[in-house]
Amino acid sequence: MMDWYPLWNSVRIAGISTIIVFFSGICAAYYVAKAPRLVKGALDALLTLPLVLPPTVVGYLLLLVLGPKRGLGAFALEVFHVRLTMTWWSAVFAAAAVAFPLMYRTARGAFESFDETLAYAGKTLGLSNSYIFWRIRMPVCRQGILAGTVLSFARALGEYGATSMIAGYIPGRTATIATAVYQFWRTNDDAAALRWVLVNLGISAAVLLVVNLLERKNREERKWL
Amino acid sequence: MALSVQIQKKAGDFQLDVDFTAGTGEALALLGASGCGKSMTLKCIAGVERPDRGRIVLDGEVLYDSERGVCVPPQRRRIGYLFQNYALFPHMTAAQNIAAGARHMEASQRKERVAQLVSQLGLEGKERLRPFQLSGGQQQRVALARILASEPRAMLLDEPFSALDTYLKWRLELEMRDILSLFQGPVVWVSHDQGEVYRNCARVCVLDQGKSSPAAGVRELLANPVTVSAARISGCKNYVPVRPGPRPGTVEIPLWGLTLEAAAPWREGVSVLGIHARHVQPAGKDARNAFFCETVQVTEDVSAMLAALRPKGAEPDAPLLRMELDKDVWAAMPDHKGFWVSVEPENLLLLE
Repeated sequence: MMDWYPLWNSVRIAGISTIIVFFSGICAAYYVAKAPRLVKGALDALLTLPLVLPPTVVGYLLLLVLGPKRGLGAFALEVFHVRLTMTWWSAVFAAAAVAFPLMYRTARGAFESFDETLAYAGKTLGLSNSYIFWRIRMPVCRQGILAGTVLSFARALGEYGATSMIAGYIPGRTATIATAVYQFWRTNDDAAALRWVLVNLGISAAVLLVVNLLERKNREERKWL
Repeated sequence: MALSVQIQKKAGDFQLDVDFTAGTGEALALLGASGCGKSMTLKCIAGVERPDRGRIVLDGEVLYDSERGVCVPPQRRRIGYLFQNYALFPHMTAAQNIAAGARHMEASQRKERVAQLVSQLGLEGKERLRPFQLSGGQQQRVALARILASEPRAMLLDEPFSALDTYLKWRLELEMRDILSLFQGPVVWVSHDQGEVYRNCARVCVLDQGKSSPAAGVRELLANPVTVSAARISGCKNYVPVRPGPRPGTVEIPLWGLTLEAAAPWREGVSVLGIHARHVQPAGKDARNAFFCETVQVTEDVSAMLAALRPKGAEPDAPLLRMELDKDVWAAMPDHKGFWVSVEPENLLLLE
């Protein structure tokens, strides 16, 4: 009987981090897209950094802040008696950190190709800024934002390096698909490793198919504009 | 009800400085070449761009005043803006687009108003189509319906026909006039097309590199332009530096080595002589204002012959004189290499 816990754990970590990244990425994208050029360049580099850093470097930086010896981690332990590392939800920090740039960059691209005269038109028609954002800007950019969300989910699901550093591998508690594959391979349980590899392949292929479908739909709509 | 605008704005090397007033029910044209600041002016009036200095007043309400620090947000200005590309919301149907302009109404009223506008603007059957499924003319009518739904106090039209095929323009211009007759407030009509302005507007304000000249009657401006930019818009093709001639009633063109009689009296600030290509006509050598020219180049146009002439005695780098003649007149001329031409004194435009 296969223990499905890593699948459930991976999906819930990826799901929660996608929700976090969805809002923070869109927020960051919206403000960076409108920022003056110099600020834009600097912020953009900073926000994209987790995408190009090795996940172990991201994990190390997260441990610096969240580890029990220093910073936020020490504070949480002392005041709330909560350890921020080595729990299933610690992996959310890692997954969100590495998925954030994907959401942010795709959403920014979508916002930057948004025709600002639509927002001007909304304003002259008396529509409120929040109506313009939620009912005009977001729906017009929805393809890009959806694609970013799906990509973020896929990246969060596949996160290994930073996760293994901050949440470790505890069967039934912090194990994810990615960490399980490594553990089974290390302990010479090839059959189990292969099973998880196949599960992972299936999920990733499905996600990429969705992204492709979204992009094709996007292109077809654009042709008409 | 009137819209008065006096604003200045600097954007890079570009300096915008406009000053005009559009009266109630009046369509005032803002005429100028592309890139002269027409769209920027409209954006400042609508409130989506902020001028550096100046004042914008609509029906006695101050919308912008740099001295008093007033800048009413666009949402509360109630100024309709027809964008060049219409700016329809692509994810909404035609009816939803129109309804978006009527969000200040209650839901039941809104529905009624949308239905009313759909029938007034002849959009029946198109309500559920998305913008990309509509023709250019239909898109324009949806955009106008959406603006009318928002009950604007003034209307800004940014090159309303530039996105359309020429053969459609005429019919849409008639439609536009019908639609504008539904509207009482002042209209600012931006255009680069003198014909369009001539047909649809009574007064015109010419914008040249960001600077506006005082508004004038359209017919008067195009018939008697006083500045080079106005003359250019009226279709004048020949410009040459000019100074007062030796006798009153004459002007001297040093580059062409000519002195000609001019009907208009000399005035302060004049520096350029404008001559319409149509007003250069072959003449006998004893005719008034006659001078001898050599042909440099001849081009056959759709309905006329275009000749580039060099007046005898012109400096080598002087501008050539462009002449436009009916083809039969050209064909009847005995000599095409060199001949006498004349320009009637009342056709010499003294320009600033």
